[in-house]
Amino acid sequence: MTTIAELPPGFVDKVLSAQSTFRSVMDAMARPGSVQRIVPMAGAPATMMRGTAAIALTLFDHDTPLWLDARMSESSDVTKWLKFHTGAPVVQDSSIAAFALVSEGALLPALECFALGTSEYPDRSTTVIIQVESLDAGRSFELRGPGIDGVATLQASIKPFDLFERLGMNEALFPRGIDVVLVADDAVVAIPRTTRVVSKGS
Amino acid sequence: MNAPAYNFAYLDEQTKRMIRRAILKAIAIPGYQVPFASREMPMPYGWGTGGVQVTAAILGPSDVLKVIDQGSDDTTNAISIRKFFAKTAGVATTTATDEATVIQTRHRIPETSLHANQVLVYQVPIPEPLRFLEPRETETRRMHALAEYGLMHVKLYEDIARFGHIATAYAYPVKVNARYVMDPSPTPKFDNPKMDNCPALQLFGAGREKRIYAIPPYTQVVSLDFEDHPFEPYRFNAPCALCAAENSYLDEIVTDDKGGRMFVCSDTDYCEGRQAAGHHGSLSAAPYKEKAQEKSNG
Repeated sequence: MTTIAELPPGFVDKVLSAQSTFRSVMDAMARPGSVQRIVPMAGAPATMMRGTAAIALTLFDHDTPLWLDARMSESSDVTKWLKFHTGAPVVQDSSIAAFALVSEGALLPALECFALGTSEYPDRSTTVIIQVESLDAGRSFELRGPGIDGVATLQASIKPFDLFERLGMNEALFPRGIDVVLVADDAVVAIPRTTRVVSKGS
Repeated sequence: MNAPAYNFAYLDEQTKRMIRRAILKAIAIPGYQVPFASREMPMPYGWGTGGVQVTAAILGPSDVLKVIDQGSDDTTNAISIRKFFAKTAGVATTTATDEATVIQTRHRIPETSLHANQVLVYQVPIPEPLRFLEPRETETRRMHALAEYGLMHVKLYEDIARFGHIATAYAYPVKVNARYVMDPSPTPKFDNPKMDNCPALQLFGAGREKRIYAIPPYTQVVSLDFEDHPFEPYRFNAPCALCAAENSYLDEIVTDDKGGRMFVCSDTDYCEGRQAAGHHGSLSAAPYKEKAQEKSNG
Protein backbone atom coordinates (compact mmCIF):
# COMPACT_ATOMS: atom_id res chain seq x y z
CA MET A 1 0.00 0.00 0.00
CA THR A 2 1.28 3.45 -0.93
CA THR A 3 1.43 5.89 1.91
CA ILE A 4 1.37 9.62 1.37
CA ALA A 5 5.08 9.82 2.13
CA GLU A 6 5.77 7.53 -0.84
CA LEU A 7 3.70 9.50 -3.36
CA PRO A 8 5.66 11.27 -6.10
CA PRO A 9 6.01 14.93 -5.09
CA GLY A 10 4.15 17.89 -6.58
CA PHE A 11 5.81 21.09 -7.79
CA VAL A 12 8.77 22.32 -5.75
CA ASP A 13 7.51 25.89 -6.16
CA LYS A 14 3.75 25.58 -6.44
CA VAL A 15 3.05 29.17 -7.39
CA LEU A 16 5.61 29.90 -10.11
CA SER A 17 5.56 26.37 -11.54
CA ALA A 18 1.79 26.53 -11.98
CA GLN A 19 2.12 29.95 -13.61
CA SER A 20 4.76 28.76 -16.06
CA THR A 21 2.80 25.61 -16.91
CA PHE A 22 -0.37 27.61 -17.42
CA ARG A 23 1.36 30.01 -19.82
CA SER A 24 2.54 27.04 -21.89
CA VAL A 25 -0.99 25.63 -22.01
CA MET A 26 -2.48 29.06 -22.72
CA ASP A 27 -0.03 29.64 -25.58
CA ALA A 28 -0.83 26.16 -26.90
CA MET A 29 -4.56 26.90 -26.79
CA ALA A 30 -4.08 30.34 -28.38
CA ARG A 31 -1.87 28.94 -31.17
CA PRO A 32 -3.32 25.53 -32.08
CA GLY A 33 -0.81 23.14 -33.57
CA SER A 34 2.20 24.93 -32.07
CA VAL A 35 4.29 22.76 -29.75
CA GLN A 36 4.82 24.33 -26.32
CA ARG A 37 7.18 22.99 -23.69
CA ILE A 38 6.32 22.56 -20.05
CA VAL A 39 9.39 23.50 -18.09
CA PRO A 40 8.68 22.97 -14.38
CA MET A 41 8.70 19.34 -13.41
CA ALA A 42 6.90 17.46 -10.71
CA GLY A 43 6.91 13.82 -9.77
CA ALA A 44 4.39 11.81 -11.70
CA PRO A 45 2.82 8.45 -10.90
CA ALA A 46 3.32 5.62 -13.38
CA THR A 47 1.15 5.91 -16.55
CA MET A 48 1.18 9.71 -16.23
CA MET A 49 3.62 11.75 -18.32
CA ARG A 50 5.48 14.67 -16.75
CA GLY A 51 3.53 17.18 -18.84
CA THR A 52 0.21 15.64 -17.82
CA ALA A 53 1.21 15.75 -14.16
CA ALA A 54 2.19 19.42 -14.42
CA ILE A 55 -1.12 20.31 -16.11
CA ALA A 56 -3.02 18.40 -13.42
CA LEU A 57 -1.25 20.31 -10.65
CA THR A 58 -1.90 23.59 -12.47
CA LEU A 59 -5.57 23.33 -13.41
CA PHE A 60 -7.29 20.69 -11.26
CA ASP A 61 -8.90 21.27 -7.89
CA HIS A 62 -12.07 20.49 -5.95
CA ASP A 63 -14.13 22.42 -8.53
CA THR A 64 -13.15 20.19 -11.45
CA PRO A 65 -14.80 16.76 -11.73
CA LEU A 66 -12.28 14.47 -13.34
CA TRP A 67 -12.79 11.46 -15.58
CA LEU A 68 -9.99 8.91 -15.89
CA ASP A 69 -9.57 6.21 -18.51
CA ALA A 70 -9.67 2.59 -17.37
CA ARG A 71 -5.91 2.27 -16.99
CA MET A 72 -5.60 5.36 -14.82
CA SER A 73 -8.71 4.80 -12.74
CA GLU A 74 -7.51 1.28 -11.91
CA SER A 75 -4.16 2.56 -10.74
CA SER A 76 -4.32 3.48 -7.08
CA ASP A 77 -1.00 5.35 -7.53
CA VAL A 78 -2.71 7.74 -9.94
CA THR A 79 -5.93 8.22 -8.01
CA LYS A 80 -4.09 8.72 -4.71
CA TRP A 81 -1.63 11.15 -6.28
CA LEU A 82 -4.44 13.18 -7.85
CA LYS A 83 -6.47 13.13 -4.66
CA PHE A 84 -3.57 14.23 -2.48
CA HIS A 85 -2.15 16.92 -4.76
CA THR A 86 -5.26 18.33 -6.44
CA GLY A 87 -8.33 17.19 -4.48
CA ALA A 88 -10.24 16.84 -7.73
CA PRO A 89 -13.19 14.45 -7.43
CA VAL A 90 -12.92 11.48 -9.80
CA VAL A 91 -16.26 10.77 -11.46
CA GLN A 92 -17.51 7.74 -13.40
CA ASP A 93 -19.90 9.77 -15.52
CA SER A 94 -17.79 11.36 -18.26
CA SER A 95 -20.62 13.70 -19.26
CA ILE A 96 -20.13 15.83 -16.14
CA ALA A 97 -16.33 15.94 -16.22
CA ALA A 98 -14.46 19.24 -16.49
CA PHE A 99 -11.32 17.37 -17.49
CA ALA A 100 -10.68 13.89 -18.83
CA LEU A 101 -7.30 12.18 -18.63
CA VAL A 102 -6.56 9.59 -21.29
CA SER A 103 -3.30 7.74 -20.71
CA GLU A 104 -3.23 6.39 -24.24
CA GLY A 105 -5.38 7.06 -27.26
CA ALA A 106 -6.68 3.52 -27.60
CA LEU A 107 -8.64 4.06 -24.39
CA LEU A 108 -10.40 7.19 -25.65
CA PRO A 109 -14.16 6.61 -25.59
CA ALA A 110 -16.57 8.12 -28.11
CA LEU A 111 -16.25 11.90 -27.80
CA GLU A 112 -20.02 12.23 -27.42
CA CYS A 113 -19.63 10.69 -23.96
CA PHE A 114 -18.03 13.86 -22.68
CA ALA A 115 -19.69 17.15 -21.74
CA LEU A 116 -20.16 19.16 -24.94
CA GLY A 117 -21.52 22.27 -23.22
CA THR A 118 -24.89 23.79 -24.03
CA SER A 119 -25.75 26.42 -26.59
CA GLU A 120 -26.17 28.92 -23.75
CA TYR A 121 -23.06 27.77 -21.86
CA PRO A 122 -20.67 26.20 -24.38
CA ASP A 123 -17.82 26.62 -21.87
CA ARG A 124 -19.29 23.88 -19.68
CA SER A 125 -17.57 21.22 -21.71
CA THR A 126 -14.88 18.64 -21.01
CA THR A 127 -11.26 19.43 -21.80
CA VAL A 128 -9.81 16.09 -22.88
CA ILE A 129 -6.11 15.57 -22.15
CA ILE A 130 -4.67 12.76 -24.27
CA GLN A 131 -1.17 11.35 -23.90
CA VAL A 132 0.37 10.61 -27.29
CA GLU A 133 3.60 9.09 -28.52
CA SER A 134 5.22 12.10 -30.18
CA LEU A 135 4.48 15.70 -31.09
CA ASP A 136 7.54 16.29 -33.26
CA ALA A 137 7.65 13.26 -35.53
CA GLY A 138 5.10 11.22 -37.40
CA ARG A 139 2.30 12.09 -39.77
CA SER A 140 1.90 15.72 -40.68
CA PHE A 141 -1.40 17.52 -40.24
CA GLU A 142 -2.30 20.89 -41.67
CA LEU A 143 -4.48 22.92 -39.37
CA ARG A 144 -6.54 26.05 -39.86
CA GLY A 145 -8.62 28.21 -37.55
CA PRO A 146 -8.44 31.05 -35.04
CA GLY A 147 -4.96 31.36 -33.54
CA ILE A 148 -3.31 30.15 -36.74
CA ASP A 149 -1.70 32.50 -39.24
CA GLY A 150 -2.79 30.77 -42.44
CA VAL A 151 -1.92 27.12 -41.99
CA ALA A 152 -0.09 25.42 -39.10
CA THR A 153 1.68 22.14 -39.67
CA LEU A 154 1.74 19.63 -36.86
CA GLN A 155 3.94 16.55 -37.04
CA ALA A 156 2.68 14.03 -34.59
CA SER A 157 2.31 10.42 -33.82
CA ILE A 158 -1.20 10.28 -32.40
CA LYS A 159 -3.56 7.57 -31.32
CA PRO A 160 -6.36 7.05 -32.01
CA PHE A 161 -5.40 7.40 -35.68
CA ASP A 162 -8.80 8.85 -36.50
CA LEU A 163 -8.70 11.48 -33.73
CA PHE A 164 -9.02 14.40 -36.14
CA GLU A 165 -11.87 12.72 -38.01
CA ARG A 166 -13.64 12.27 -34.70
CA LEU A 167 -12.99 15.90 -33.77
CA GLY A 168 -14.71 16.85 -37.03
CA MET A 169 -17.95 16.86 -35.01
CA ASN A 170 -16.79 20.16 -33.48
CA GLU A 171 -17.57 21.90 -36.75
CA ALA A 172 -21.25 21.03 -36.68
CA LEU A 173 -21.56 21.44 -32.91
CA PHE A 174 -19.91 24.86 -32.63
CA PRO A 175 -20.04 26.76 -30.29
CA ARG A 176 -20.48 23.51 -28.35
CA GLY A 177 -17.64 21.07 -28.61
CA ILE A 178 -14.63 19.32 -27.15
CA ASP A 179 -11.25 20.94 -26.58
CA VAL A 180 -8.30 18.58 -26.70
CA VAL A 181 -4.85 18.92 -25.17
CA LEU A 182 -2.23 16.49 -26.51
CA VAL A 183 0.74 15.71 -24.28
CA ALA A 184 3.95 13.88 -25.18
CA ASP A 185 6.37 13.93 -22.27
CA ASP A 186 6.99 17.68 -21.74
CA ALA A 187 5.50 18.81 -25.08
CA VAL A 188 1.95 20.16 -25.33
CA VAL A 189 -0.27 20.86 -28.33
CA ALA A 190 -3.84 22.07 -27.98
CA ILE A 191 -6.61 21.49 -30.47
CA PRO A 192 -9.49 23.74 -29.42
CA ARG A 193 -12.93 23.24 -30.93
CA THR A 194 -12.34 25.92 -33.57
CA THR A 195 -9.40 24.12 -35.23
CA ARG A 196 -9.99 22.28 -38.52
CA VAL A 197 -7.70 19.77 -40.21
CA VAL A 198 -7.36 20.71 -43.87
CA SER A 199 -5.05 17.95 -45.05
CA LYS A 200 -3.06 15.04 -43.81
CA GLY A 201 0.24 13.72 -45.04
CA SER A 202 1.69 10.32 -44.31
CA MET B 1 9.38 35.50 10.22
CA ASN B 2 9.56 37.22 6.89
CA ALA B 3 6.45 35.64 5.46
CA PRO B 4 5.23 37.66 2.47
CA ALA B 5 1.98 39.46 3.11
CA TYR B 6 0.53 38.43 -0.24
CA ASN B 7 0.78 35.53 -2.62
CA PHE B 8 2.65 36.19 -5.87
CA ALA B 9 0.53 38.59 -7.96
CA TYR B 10 -1.89 39.06 -5.05
CA LEU B 11 -4.51 36.39 -5.88
CA ASP B 12 -4.55 33.07 -4.05
CA GLU B 13 -3.80 29.93 -6.07
CA GLN B 14 -7.33 28.54 -6.09
CA THR B 15 -8.62 31.80 -7.58
CA LYS B 16 -5.88 31.77 -10.20
CA ARG B 17 -6.77 28.20 -11.20
CA MET B 18 -10.42 29.19 -11.60
CA ILE B 19 -9.50 32.23 -13.72
CA ARG B 20 -7.00 30.21 -15.77
CA ARG B 21 -9.62 27.61 -16.62
CA ALA B 22 -11.99 30.38 -17.69
CA ILE B 23 -9.27 31.90 -19.90
CA LEU B 24 -8.65 28.57 -21.65
CA LYS B 25 -12.36 28.16 -22.44
CA ALA B 26 -12.55 31.80 -23.55
CA ILE B 27 -9.73 31.22 -26.05
CA ALA B 28 -11.38 28.02 -27.30
CA ILE B 29 -14.68 29.87 -27.96
CA PRO B 30 -13.60 33.24 -29.43
CA GLY B 31 -15.88 36.11 -28.42
CA TYR B 32 -17.99 34.06 -26.00
CA GLN B 33 -18.27 35.48 -22.48
CA VAL B 34 -17.20 32.88 -19.92
CA PRO B 35 -18.69 33.47 -16.44
CA PHE B 36 -16.11 33.42 -13.65
CA ALA B 37 -16.13 33.89 -9.88
CA SER B 38 -14.73 37.42 -9.85
CA ARG B 39 -13.12 38.38 -6.57
CA GLU B 40 -13.08 41.57 -4.56
CA MET B 41 -9.89 43.41 -5.45
CA PRO B 42 -8.19 46.17 -3.47
CA MET B 43 -9.57 48.79 -5.84
CA PRO B 44 -13.11 49.87 -6.71
CA TYR B 45 -15.18 48.39 -9.51
CA GLY B 46 -14.67 50.47 -12.61
CA TRP B 47 -10.95 50.77 -11.98
CA GLY B 48 -10.05 47.63 -13.84
CA THR B 49 -10.77 44.81 -11.39
CA GLY B 50 -11.50 42.40 -14.26
CA GLY B 51 -8.35 43.25 -16.15
CA VAL B 52 -6.30 43.08 -12.95
CA GLN B 53 -7.57 39.58 -12.18
CA VAL B 54 -6.77 38.36 -15.68
CA THR B 55 -3.31 39.94 -15.52
CA ALA B 56 -2.69 38.43 -12.07
CA ALA B 57 -3.61 34.97 -13.37
CA ILE B 58 -1.24 35.05 -16.34
CA LEU B 59 1.66 37.14 -15.01
CA GLY B 60 5.02 35.49 -14.29
CA PRO B 61 8.31 36.81 -12.91
CA SER B 62 9.90 37.12 -16.36
CA ASP B 63 7.05 39.23 -17.78
CA VAL B 64 7.41 42.92 -18.55
CA LEU B 65 4.19 44.78 -17.79
CA LYS B 66 2.81 47.91 -19.40
CA VAL B 67 -0.44 49.49 -18.25
CA ILE B 68 -2.29 52.17 -20.16
CA ASP B 69 -5.41 54.15 -19.42
CA GLN B 70 -6.96 55.85 -22.46
CA GLY B 71 -3.61 55.36 -24.19
CA SER B 72 -1.65 57.06 -21.45
CA ASP B 73 0.98 55.42 -19.23
CA ASP B 74 0.89 58.38 -16.87
CA THR B 75 -2.64 58.55 -15.49
CA THR B 76 -3.61 57.58 -11.95
CA ASN B 77 -5.27 54.32 -12.95
CA ALA B 78 -2.33 53.16 -15.08
CA ILE B 79 0.28 54.11 -12.50
CA SER B 80 -1.66 52.48 -9.65
CA ILE B 81 -2.06 49.17 -11.45
CA ARG B 82 1.55 49.17 -12.61
CA LYS B 83 2.73 49.79 -9.04
CA PHE B 84 0.32 47.16 -7.74
CA PHE B 85 1.97 44.44 -9.82
CA ALA B 86 5.48 45.77 -9.29
CA LYS B 87 4.80 45.40 -5.57
CA THR B 88 2.85 42.13 -5.44
CA ALA B 89 4.61 40.25 -8.27
CA GLY B 90 7.93 42.06 -8.50
CA VAL B 91 7.66 42.18 -12.28
CA ALA B 92 9.54 44.62 -14.46
CA THR B 93 7.38 47.41 -15.84
CA THR B 94 7.77 49.55 -18.92
CA THR B 95 5.99 52.21 -20.87
CA ALA B 96 7.43 51.08 -24.22
CA THR B 97 4.85 49.07 -26.15
CA ASP B 98 7.28 46.81 -27.99
CA GLU B 99 9.21 45.88 -24.83
CA ALA B 100 6.13 44.71 -22.93
CA THR B 101 5.00 41.08 -22.83
CA VAL B 102 1.74 41.82 -21.03
CA ILE B 103 -0.15 45.05 -21.69
CA GLN B 104 -3.17 45.87 -19.58
CA THR B 105 -5.33 48.51 -21.18
CA ARG B 106 -8.31 50.65 -20.44
CA HIS B 107 -10.08 51.89 -23.55
CA ARG B 108 -7.28 51.93 -26.13
CA ILE B 109 -5.18 49.64 -28.27
CA PRO B 110 -1.59 50.89 -28.65
CA GLU B 111 -0.68 52.53 -31.96
CA THR B 112 2.49 50.45 -32.27
CA SER B 113 1.62 47.10 -33.86
CA LEU B 114 1.55 44.27 -31.36
CA HIS B 115 3.62 41.15 -31.87
CA ALA B 116 3.12 37.46 -31.24
CA ASN B 117 4.86 37.35 -27.85
CA GLN B 118 2.45 39.82 -26.30
CA VAL B 119 -0.85 39.51 -24.47
CA LEU B 120 -3.23 42.45 -24.45
CA VAL B 121 -5.55 42.49 -21.40
CA TYR B 122 -8.59 44.76 -21.65
CA GLN B 123 -10.49 46.20 -18.71
CA VAL B 124 -14.16 45.84 -19.53
CA PRO B 125 -17.01 47.65 -17.76
CA ILE B 126 -20.01 46.03 -19.49
CA PRO B 127 -19.10 42.92 -21.49
CA GLU B 128 -22.55 42.25 -22.95
CA PRO B 129 -22.96 44.15 -26.25
CA LEU B 130 -26.72 43.52 -26.18
CA ARG B 131 -27.24 44.69 -22.59
CA PHE B 132 -28.66 48.14 -23.40
CA LEU B 133 -30.97 46.57 -25.96
CA GLU B 134 -32.13 43.69 -23.76
CA PRO B 135 -31.64 43.96 -19.99
CA ARG B 136 -32.34 40.30 -19.16
CA GLU B 137 -29.27 38.06 -18.97
CA THR B 138 -31.41 34.98 -19.73
CA GLU B 139 -32.52 36.60 -22.98
CA THR B 140 -29.16 37.90 -24.14
CA ARG B 141 -27.66 34.49 -23.42
CA ARG B 142 -30.30 32.87 -25.62
CA MET B 143 -29.71 35.47 -28.33
CA HIS B 144 -26.01 34.58 -28.35
CA ALA B 145 -26.90 30.86 -28.39
CA LEU B 146 -29.05 31.37 -31.48
CA ALA B 147 -26.69 33.94 -33.04
CA GLU B 148 -29.75 36.19 -33.09
CA TYR B 149 -28.16 39.58 -33.61
CA GLY B 150 -30.85 41.38 -35.58
CA LEU B 151 -31.46 43.73 -32.67
CA MET B 152 -27.91 45.06 -32.89
CA HIS B 153 -28.37 45.84 -36.57
CA VAL B 154 -31.62 47.61 -35.74
CA LYS B 155 -29.72 49.74 -33.24
CA LEU B 156 -27.12 50.69 -35.84
CA TYR B 157 -29.90 51.35 -38.36
CA GLU B 158 -31.64 53.66 -35.88
CA ASP B 159 -28.38 55.61 -35.68
CA ILE B 160 -28.52 56.07 -39.44
CA ALA B 161 -32.22 57.01 -39.39
CA ARG B 162 -31.62 59.61 -36.70
CA PHE B 163 -28.19 61.00 -37.55
CA GLY B 164 -27.59 59.98 -41.15
CA HIS B 165 -24.62 57.83 -40.19
CA ILE B 166 -23.69 55.16 -37.62
CA ALA B 167 -23.13 57.44 -34.63
CA THR B 168 -21.71 54.78 -32.33
CA ALA B 169 -18.21 56.08 -31.68
CA TYR B 170 -16.88 53.71 -29.02
CA ALA B 171 -17.65 50.17 -27.84
CA TYR B 172 -18.53 49.58 -31.47
CA PRO B 173 -19.83 46.00 -31.78
CA VAL B 174 -17.72 43.44 -33.62
CA LYS B 175 -18.33 39.89 -34.80
CA VAL B 176 -15.56 37.48 -33.85
CA ASN B 177 -14.70 34.50 -36.04
CA ALA B 178 -18.03 34.93 -37.87
CA ARG B 179 -19.99 33.79 -34.81
CA TYR B 180 -20.21 35.85 -31.61
CA VAL B 181 -21.03 39.53 -31.49
CA MET B 182 -18.69 41.01 -28.92
CA ASP B 183 -18.18 44.29 -27.11
CA PRO B 184 -14.59 45.42 -27.69
CA SER B 185 -14.82 47.41 -24.41
CA PRO B 186 -15.15 51.19 -24.72
CA THR B 187 -12.26 51.59 -27.13
CA PRO B 188 -12.84 54.22 -29.82
CA LYS B 189 -13.98 52.60 -33.05
CA PHE B 190 -10.73 53.91 -34.52
CA ASP B 191 -9.11 50.91 -32.79
CA ASN B 192 -11.49 48.22 -34.09
CA PRO B 193 -9.45 47.36 -37.22
CA LYS B 194 -6.43 46.62 -35.00
CA MET B 195 -8.27 43.70 -33.41
CA ASP B 196 -8.66 41.90 -36.71
CA ASN B 197 -5.99 39.29 -37.45
CA CYS B 198 -3.86 40.64 -34.58
CA PRO B 199 -0.69 38.58 -33.87
CA ALA B 200 -1.12 39.05 -30.09
CA LEU B 201 -3.57 37.22 -27.86
CA GLN B 202 -6.35 39.53 -26.61
CA LEU B 203 -8.02 38.80 -23.26
CA PHE B 204 -10.94 40.73 -21.77
CA GLY B 205 -11.84 40.84 -18.07
CA ALA B 206 -15.00 42.32 -16.58
CA GLY B 207 -14.75 42.24 -12.78
CA ARG B 208 -18.11 43.57 -11.67
CA GLU B 209 -19.99 41.67 -14.38
CA LYS B 210 -17.89 38.52 -13.78
CA ARG B 211 -17.06 37.65 -17.38
CA ILE B 212 -13.87 36.76 -19.25
CA TYR B 213 -13.64 36.55 -23.03
CA ALA B 214 -10.90 36.38 -25.61
CA ILE B 215 -9.81 36.81 -29.18
CA PRO B 216 -7.08 34.33 -30.16
CA PRO B 217 -4.27 35.62 -32.39
CA TYR B 218 -4.94 35.78 -36.14
CA THR B 219 -8.70 35.72 -35.70
CA GLN B 220 -11.19 37.49 -37.93
CA VAL B 221 -12.84 40.44 -36.17
CA VAL B 222 -15.38 42.36 -38.24
CA SER B 223 -17.06 45.60 -37.19
CA LEU B 224 -20.79 45.37 -37.87
CA ASP B 225 -22.04 47.62 -40.67
CA PHE B 226 -24.25 47.83 -43.73
CA GLU B 227 -23.36 47.58 -47.42
CA ASP B 228 -24.47 51.18 -48.01
CA HIS B 229 -23.09 52.42 -44.68
CA PRO B 230 -19.74 50.67 -44.32
CA PHE B 231 -17.78 50.83 -41.08
CA GLU B 232 -15.49 53.85 -40.92
CA PRO B 233 -12.95 54.50 -38.18
CA TYR B 234 -13.16 58.04 -36.85
CA ARG B 235 -10.32 60.42 -36.05
CA PHE B 236 -10.12 64.20 -35.62
CA ASN B 237 -8.95 65.70 -38.88
CA ALA B 238 -5.71 67.19 -37.59
CA PRO B 239 -2.09 66.23 -37.00
CA CYS B 240 -0.89 65.69 -33.43
CA ALA B 241 0.18 69.06 -32.00
CA LEU B 242 3.24 67.48 -30.37
CA CYS B 243 4.52 64.88 -32.84
CA ALA B 244 2.63 65.76 -36.04
CA ALA B 245 1.35 62.19 -36.45
CA GLU B 246 -1.33 62.00 -39.11
CA ASN B 247 -2.52 58.48 -38.40
CA SER B 248 -2.81 58.18 -34.61
CA TYR B 249 -5.92 58.52 -32.45
CA LEU B 250 -6.14 62.04 -31.00
CA ASP B 251 -7.39 63.51 -27.75
CA GLU B 252 -8.90 66.97 -27.88
CA ILE B 253 -7.52 69.17 -25.10
CA VAL B 254 -9.16 72.50 -24.28
CA THR B 255 -6.38 75.00 -23.59
CA ASP B 256 -8.25 78.18 -22.57
CA ASP B 257 -11.75 79.58 -22.15
CA LYS B 258 -11.75 81.28 -25.55
CA GLY B 259 -12.24 78.20 -27.66
CA GLY B 260 -8.57 77.31 -27.86
CA ARG B 261 -7.81 73.61 -28.20
CA MET B 262 -5.08 71.25 -29.21
CA PHE B 263 -5.13 67.73 -30.56
CA VAL B 264 -2.54 65.29 -29.25
CA CYS B 265 -1.94 61.56 -29.57
CA SER B 266 -3.82 59.63 -26.89
CA ASP B 267 -1.02 57.01 -26.98
CA THR B 268 1.68 58.76 -24.94
CA ASP B 269 4.38 56.17 -25.67
CA TYR B 270 3.81 56.45 -29.40
CA CYS B 271 3.86 60.26 -29.26
CA GLU B 272 7.01 60.41 -27.13
CA GLY B 273 8.73 57.91 -29.40
CA ARG B 274 7.97 60.03 -32.44
CA GLN B 275 9.15 63.21 -30.73
CA ALA B 276 12.39 61.47 -29.71
CA ALA B 277 12.81 60.44 -33.33
CA GLY B 278 12.68 64.07 -34.37
CA HIS B 279 9.04 64.60 -35.31
CA HIS B 280 7.67 67.88 -34.05
CA GLY B 281 4.19 69.33 -34.12
CA SER B 282 2.91 72.88 -34.07
CA LEU B 283 2.84 73.08 -30.25
CA SER B 284 5.94 71.09 -29.36
CA ALA B 285 7.61 72.13 -26.11
CA ALA B 286 10.77 74.18 -25.56
CA PRO B 287 13.54 72.15 -27.23
CA TYR B 288 11.79 72.39 -30.54
CA LYS B 289 11.09 76.13 -30.23
CA GLU B 290 14.65 76.85 -29.14
CA LYS B 291 15.88 74.96 -32.14
CA ALA B 292 13.54 76.89 -34.35
CA GLN B 293 14.81 80.18 -32.87
CA GLU B 294 18.43 79.17 -33.31
CA LYS B 295 17.68 78.55 -36.92
CA SER B 296 16.01 81.92 -37.43
CA ASN B 297 18.77 83.71 -35.46
CA GLY B 298 21.51 81.95 -37.40
